[in-house]
Amino acid sequence: MSTSRHWKRPPFIKNPTLRWGLMVCVVIYLALAFGTMEINWTRTSEGIDRGKKFLGAFFPPDFTSRWESIYEGIVESLWMTVTSTVVGIALSIPVGLGAARNLSIKPVYYFCRGVLAVSRTFPEIILAIFFVKLFGFGPFAGFLALSIGTIGFYGKLLAEDIEDMDPVQAEAVKATGAGWLQWLNYAVQPQVMPRMIGLGMYRLDINFRESAVVGIVGGGGIGATLLTSFDRYEFDSAAAILLIIIGIVMLVEYSSGYIRQWVQ
Amino acid sequence: MLRIQHLVKQYKTGDQALKSVSLEVPKGQVLALIGPSGAGKSTLIRCVNRLVEPTSGSIELAELNLVNLRSGELRKARRRMGMIFQEYALVERLSVMENVLSGRLGYVGFFRSFFRKYPQADIDEAFRLLERVGLDHMADKRADELSGGQRQRVGICRALMQTPDLLLVDEPTASLDPKTSRQIMRLICELCEERQLAAIINIHDVLLAQMFAKRIVGLQLGEIVYDGPPDGMSAEVLTQIYGEEDWEATIQNVDDDAEGSETNIEDVQQAV
Repeated sequence: MSTSRHWKRPPFIKNPTLRWGLMVCVVIYLALAFGTMEINWTRTSEGIDRGKKFLGAFFPPDFTSRWESIYEGIVESLWMTVTSTVVGIALSIPVGLGAARNLSIKPVYYFCRGVLAVSRTFPEIILAIFFVKLFGFGPFAGFLALSIGTIGFYGKLLAEDIEDMDPVQAEAVKATGAGWLQWLNYAVQPQVMPRMIGLGMYRLDINFRESAVVGIVGGGGIGATLLTSFDRYEFDSAAAILLIIIGIVMLVEYSSGYIRQWVQ
Repeated sequence: MLRIQHLVKQYKTGDQALKSVSLEVPKGQVLALIGPSGAGKSTLIRCVNRLVEPTSGSIELAELNLVNLRSGELRKARRRMGMIFQEYALVERLSVMENVLSGRLGYVGFFRSFFRKYPQADIDEAFRLLERVGLDHMADKRADELSGGQRQRVGICRALMQTPDLLLVDEPTASLDPKTSRQIMRLICELCEERQLAAIINIHDVLLAQMFAKRIVGLQLGEIVYDGPPDGMSAEVLTQIYGEEDWEATIQNVDDDAEGSETNIEDVQQAV
């Protein structure tokens, strides 16, 4: 009885044939994938040279000569960002509640998960192209695209945060005879709030950056100004726009950290 | 007050947590429910306020059968049953006062509760209760800033805010030290006495159960195997509930503690 017993951690995949087979497949695929990557070294070295000239044209950034259109673009982008974040989050709350497994019934759950999946399938730029075709050029198309993107993002994370909440606190509030809305307000909301505020700020940041992208396909905002300055080879103005975008994103980043600390 | 008849609970996994349990609790009686882990104690009290749906049987609270109530009626019935939880189950990010006032959620409308505009009578009652348990100065602290014993007192206040007829108490002392455990048990029993509440207290600790409850019910594998006064707990009874073990020490200690506790009635007030 006293012979020493061996112990090994049980492997993640029990069936040895399957385990080794999968590993071999992964190795083969990676070898093929890297093997077939085509890199033209002469063109790459020429490209580095061109890149230097391109970056050189960025300096010094020129804020003044196109200031009026830069200013208009930024204001329009901020408008798009704030409205689409607010509308998107407002719409994502019911969808997110329905998509939380521990809150809703099966049919509602599948429906809401479906809505979230569809709204995340298309990136904002595809949605923006679609809405520009429907409603014409301008920030309204961008606003719609960003709102829908926000629903997919925020609704999914809200649903998952609700699924992770402490069920005992929720049970305790239910046991008082609270109504459903009261239960949401007293048991669910306090538990998910800090994370949702942080994610709301993060989405605001994403929407601002995306507003520059949707502008390029005609969705209005700073993106349109940026595209124009590239088209006119005014790289110094483009550099000014990029710097402003970086500045605003950093501002949102820092204030998000501050607000999160404050609501924790 | 509460009449449970042939209550059966079968979980989806096929485990039968309760096998035809019948139990009657008169007004003002504090009943301790003891038994090993997995005996069905938690399931039993959760069936009463239907946080767990019973499979069959009937549960009557003052002649009202709780088993078939629809959601609106169930909420009305739940107001009359205050529940106290093992890990306190306070909503940690709400303040002490909000937690206590949440006991009134079944009585006030959504908008009143949403804007925290409770009737003055409720606020007065909340302060009275917090004062009674010595926590009125903590009203605006967040629940997660309190110690275990303090949290459980807030939990008791929340349950009593419902002006219940019945208290369902699930392992109130499981996460507390021995002294705090006694203070909490004493507080629950005193409040039940003052307000003539019936209470079912699930408890692991046989000694505490014997010290504070007037009646003890032993549950084993979903069946009642003992129902009687605390001094009827013999080694044979404990063996029947928990299985073979040397019980002499447990029974001996009860008598010592019961005498000792007479002198510490003021513990609660002192500790706060």
